[in-house]
Amino acid sequence: MASISLKKLNKSYGALTVVHDIDLEIADKEFIILVGPSGCGKSTTLRMIAGLEEISGGELQIGGDLMNDVPSKDRDIAMVFQNYALYPHMTVYKNMAFGLQLRKVSRDFIDSQVQDAARILDITHLLNRKPKALSGGQRQRVALGRAMVRNPAVFLLDEPLSNLDAKLRGTMRAEITKLHKRLHATFIYVTHDQIEAMTMADRIVVMKDGHIQQVDTPQNLYDRPVNMFVAGFIGAPQMNMMPSVIERRGERYFALFDGRELPLPAHFDRSRIAPYEGRDLVIGIRPENFHELPPADIAPENLAPFSAVMELAEPMGSEIHLNIIAGGRSLIARVSPRFRGAIGDEVKLVVDTTNMQLFDRQTERSILY
Amino acid sequence: MSISNSTIAAGDAPAASRRPSKVLSRRRRKIQSALVAYSFLAPNFLGFAVFTLGPILFAFVLAFMHWDGSNAITFAGLDNFWRLFEDKVFIAAFWNTIIYTVVSVPATLACALGLAILLNQKIFGRDFFRTAMFFPYVASLVAVAVVWNMIFNPEMGPVNMILYTLGLDPKDMPGWAADRHWAMVTVILFGVWKSMGYYMVIYLAGLQGINSELYEAADLDGANSWQKFVYVTVPQLGPTTFFVTVMLTIQSFKVFDQIYMITQGGPGTSTLVLVYHIYNEAFISWDLGYSSMIALVLFFLVLAVTVVQFRRQRED
Repeated sequence: MASISLKKLNKSYGALTVVHDIDLEIADKEFIILVGPSGCGKSTTLRMIAGLEEISGGELQIGGDLMNDVPSKDRDIAMVFQNYALYPHMTVYKNMAFGLQLRKVSRDFIDSQVQDAARILDITHLLNRKPKALSGGQRQRVALGRAMVRNPAVFLLDEPLSNLDAKLRGTMRAEITKLHKRLHATFIYVTHDQIEAMTMADRIVVMKDGHIQQVDTPQNLYDRPVNMFVAGFIGAPQMNMMPSVIERRGERYFALFDGRELPLPAHFDRSRIAPYEGRDLVIGIRPENFHELPPADIAPENLAPFSAVMELAEPMGSEIHLNIIAGGRSLIARVSPRFRGAIGDEVKLVVDTTNMQLFDRQTERSILY
Repeated sequence: MSISNSTIAAGDAPAASRRPSKVLSRRRRKIQSALVAYSFLAPNFLGFAVFTLGPILFAFVLAFMHWDGSNAITFAGLDNFWRLFEDKVFIAAFWNTIIYTVVSVPATLACALGLAILLNQKIFGRDFFRTAMFFPYVASLVAVAVVWNMIFNPEMGPVNMILYTLGLDPKDMPGWAADRHWAMVTVILFGVWKSMGYYMVIYLAGLQGINSELYEAADLDGANSWQKFVYVTVPQLGPTTFFVTVMLTIQSFKVFDQIYMITQGGPGTSTLVLVYHIYNEAFISWDLGYSSMIALVLFFLVLAVTVVQFRRQRED
């Protein structure tokens, strides 16, 4: 059992607090990803769990036991470092075996553990090499192997893919996900890359300035962000944010933006919207909710015409990221690769408001969730 | 000028002959840039040739000659070489040099590394202690040797005073530089103390170059402080240790000045080392041929040890 519980965990250096009272419950065998911009405290939080950073306040429990003052080696954890931190003078085999050798385990057991891990990671042929003779991707595998041989209950991974090129990162993402399923261990993974977070995690913890913004599954974070930061951080290209005012027409509410009237879907909680009637707020619409033609599977009452001036087209192959200007704002729409248009043209799009977001302009918090 | 001329010529020439002349001008440019480089090197090399290379070559020749510095040089063949084996002073000096090196190199290395590790921690007054440890290296050797002789004076020195208050019997008291059993110890202690600060600075640079993630990885692997020292610090300092060892070894083989200041090679021949013997033979006895032969032996000794060290470093 390796559930992990952070209770009012914080870290400060003198007067500077970098992690503020973090509360987080991580279930056994969960794959959790801490994500946020640099300096948000995600790595510091991971290092406190690892025991590499002293805990300034609060409690850290692993498997129900208080771990605040337990040395790293006794926490039943293993860590993969951003720069791999392989011992340069040891062979791959020794790098992987080192932790077990220090624990005075039998030589046969060490050998079987190292060979098993090497087979899983496909690095058996590299066991006699030294780290400097390996490529970045191979070093990454060795670092994972070193963590695996001890069968720890918890794996801590600190930006493990950030030194790899884009293609390798893609394959390693899938491999780490498979590894997690195979090892039956809890994974805590730190990254600043929201794509890694979305594709790998059971749950994502979005952090900013030492505070947790939201903890949820990738899809829920995408569909129901609690504030403008999360809405903007998750998803690429970013969610379009537009200043707006809510007005009521009979039974329906509309969000007004530069003369356009965007109907709020009927499933929105009216009691949450009513207080904002006539007030300024911010609406958020994801790029894929713009369409060239009204989609057949969307209820017509949630669609509205949206014309804008084309600024730039970025062809991605499978789609086009269309930069458009409306109401003096630069917005992005994802349209099909068949789209044809010239810069400066007026493009007539349709916007689907089913998944529209509404934010309070002062607090930047979601009105809906 | 010549370059611009040749390019003009190449431009006028028919297409077939253009290529070779271009190759020619490229070669000429290469030669010219080499000449510029050599002319910058020349002043330094001139000094090296006159004051170092020339005398070395002359000494090589002198090793096979008889010369007292004023009368004519006469050929000696291998006379000087055979004489080495009968010269008891030479044999004593040879072994003293070996003992001095074998003891002082590891001792200096250990002290320098120990100091570097201590002064790499965040301790109060770190900069002061770093300066204090480095100071003996820059201080005048003559001045510190005089102080050293006072501190280790067998009758009045504070070291023996302390030993006395600690309860050591006066008749067992070390005589330091005046005692043939302790003189070598005294000289080695002085050498270690004088140069450890310099090598401490080199080790500090080495320590600061170690990636701190390696220590964190070792923490997670379950290593204690000693294991981290053995499995991370020592191997990571390998290149530094190699450099320090080579420098220290060469320095120990040619030790002279501190011995001249403290014991003058005595008592008897107890601290007489090879360079001291060379000095005596050359400038006291004026036997320049024989002293050159001893110098030749020292040269090959240093060369052999250094080559072995380089080989071992490459194997690692």
